Amino acid sequence: MADAVASHHARHPALAHHFDDLGQQREAASLGMWVFLVTEVLFFGGLFLAYLVYRTWYPATFIEVSQHLDIFWGTTNTAVLITSSLTMALAVYAAETGDRRSLVFFLLATLTLGCVFLGIKALEYSHKFHEHLVPGAAFQWDGDHAERAALFMSLYFIMTGLHALHMIIGVGLMSVMTVLAWRGGFSPEYHVPVEVSGLYWHFVDIVWIFLFPLLYLISRH
Amino acid sequence: MKDYLNATYGLKSWLLTRDHKRIALLYLASVTLFFFVGGAFAVMVRLELATPPADLMQPETYNKMFTMHGVAMVFFFLIPAIPAVLGNWLIPVMIGARDLAFPKLNLASWYIFMLGGLFTLWAMVTGGVDTGWTFYTPYSSAFSNTHVVTAALGIFIAGFASILTGLNFIVTIHRMRAPGMTWFRLPLFVWSHYATSLIMVLGTPVIAITILLVAAERAFGLGLFDPARGGDPVLFQHLFWFYSHPAVYIMVLPAMGVVSELVAAFSRKPVFGYAFVAFASLAIAVIGFLVWGHHMFVSSQSVYAAMIFSVLSFLVAVPSAVKVFNWTATLYRGSISYDTPMLYAFGFIGLFTIGGLTGLFLATLGIDVHVTDTYFIVAHFHYIMFGGTIMGYLGGLHYWWPKMTGRLYPEGWAKLGALTIFLGFNLTFFPQFVLGYLGMPRRYAAYPEEFQVLNVMSSAGATILGAGYLIPMIYFIWSLRYGRIAGPNPWGAVGLEWTTPSPPPTDNFEKTPIVTQPAYAYHLLERA
Repeated sequence: MADAVASHHARHPALAHHFDDLGQQREAASLGMWVFLVTEVLFFGGLFLAYLVYRTWYPATFIEVSQHLDIFWGTTNTAVLITSSLTMALAVYAAETGDRRSLVFFLLATLTLGCVFLGIKALEYSHKFHEHLVPGAAFQWDGDHAERAALFMSLYFIMTGLHALHMIIGVGLMSVMTVLAWRGGFSPEYHVPVEVSGLYWHFVDIVWIFLFPLLYLISRH
Repeated sequence: MKDYLNATYGLKSWLLTRDHKRIALLYLASVTLFFFVGGAFAVMVRLELATPPADLMQPETYNKMFTMHGVAMVFFFLIPAIPAVLGNWLIPVMIGARDLAFPKLNLASWYIFMLGGLFTLWAMVTGGVDTGWTFYTPYSSAFSNTHVVTAALGIFIAGFASILTGLNFIVTIHRMRAPGMTWFRLPLFVWSHYATSLIMVLGTPVIAITILLVAAERAFGLGLFDPARGGDPVLFQHLFWFYSHPAVYIMVLPAMGVVSELVAAFSRKPVFGYAFVAFASLAIAVIGFLVWGHHMFVSSQSVYAAMIFSVLSFLVAVPSAVKVFNWTATLYRGSISYDTPMLYAFGFIGLFTIGGLTGLFLATLGIDVHVTDTYFIVAHFHYIMFGGTIMGYLGGLHYWWPKMTGRLYPEGWAKLGALTIFLGFNLTFFPQFVLGYLGMPRRYAAYPEEFQVLNVMSSAGATILGAGYLIPMIYFIWSLRYGRIAGPNPWGAVGLEWTTPSPPPTDNFEKTPIVTQPAYAYHLLERA
């Protein structure tokens, strides 16, 4: 029935053959992204669980090591990331209103802020490397319980590393979106790729909002 | 006439297809391959256990054999078998859609699956893994010199195929149903796949991160699961079973969906208590996430935690029993015919009941302590995962084979195959219950002489079982060319898949169907 109706009108070029209309396609894509984000929550959830277990077991060492994380760069990065979420939200708004120039601008801004975040993260990693705080043979810890300190740093690198990997994927996604937007691939009727990329971007942002206090802030003195 | 099989030709048209039905067939070929890989390792295990001493192979080799048997069978056959083959093929057809919601993602998931499979096969041919399929630390960290990282990466990668398949199913079932196909008109096969998809989406990422941490522990010398460095190996077990217990339901829920279809079609009655069976699937998926601790009754878990996990494990039996009772009630006063798919459905009900009831033994704390890590466990989970899943898979494959290929298989041979598999299966695994109860531990290459008679029975049964699997393998291939033409509805069954030609066109239906009836409207059919 529905496809009979659709065949009377010209099909939108972005409408895939197995959907009846753009509305159905859009709902499918956004539900798909939400389901994907649920799996991501569980993916990071395993790590958060491991972190909470060891934090509860070794509170003193964890507090001590966390002092070695760079609060200035950590806070700066949090600000950078929150700003990027703002520009992302503005990009989605620009796509909805069909404002191509703003769309390209805000996508580029998001992309740039993402790169700034990754750059600062790389800087932090290199500091940790020079301070011999990377777990492994070169790891040095002057206080008690070097192995517990190494555990904290292992969790730090795995958690922020996986987050950074998600950021890299996000930056790739933003690059593709920017090119498509530049070519005029989106319109108020069809901009679902921008929308779902935005969902992904905000999610990666939220993961950091949890990582930052857990790793940098709790019991800081 | 053009159908999905002859719409286009050439290898490229298959390897780049976005048609869910063709992707299902790609999966069919792949999981069959892994089934034979896993089967070959099982042959080695049963050969070694035919005699009491470790004489055919060294214990180290034996460790690799049962590990690779488990890895190939669990991750590359049992988990994908029914969802990725039958589910992939049938869900869009059953709900009246032209394809899954994300056809490219569906193809990508097959490639991801194959990449994971290649990693694992590579680990196998370059020397193998000996940790047990569970990858328990420290067996998989401090105490193994085998290819753990490669195999773990293989499983990690294949997990994403599973996640993407589950995601695709959930979105498809929500958004792609034909006009009139309400939630409570969905075939129970679709409901059970919906429940399965929830587990795939919620559980698989946890095993992914866990196995990644094991790989990181080995590759970078981190100590997350190493007690000598402040880590906790039991944390690994918690994370592992948080996925791997629900994973059992990834294997068996789809089989239950198949059985619901078969029981209705071959007793020509609507499934008794449709809504109960549908919600039982969801209940199994939900409660299944809360019982992982019953794998750890002897792993330093507190008594109180163990008691709660024990009670919750008993609770899963309720929705499982609801299904068994409702299938049985469906048979009551039905016009039952004993075609091959129905034989497999009966096989499923019998084996699943035995597997399920022995599961209750294991949920009981005292008995579990007695039989932990014995052959009782091995027998129990083979009855569920292997007896249950394979019976459902083969039953479904026989039932929908005419739809998928347009050809009928030879009924006499098929009945012989079903019977052989059923007898071989029971001869293989029933003695293992006795062995385990008498105290024979699992995962040892040698055993005391008094266990030999039962072990020889088991190995003999495995031979019959192996021969039994070859029978359908041969006649299915034979039928592709020589089988009788099936026609659109060889079973006289109801359901959207039987309203379209066999094999269906690429878009499944000539025009989008409009659904006006509940599922299994056999009673309306007879009246008409």
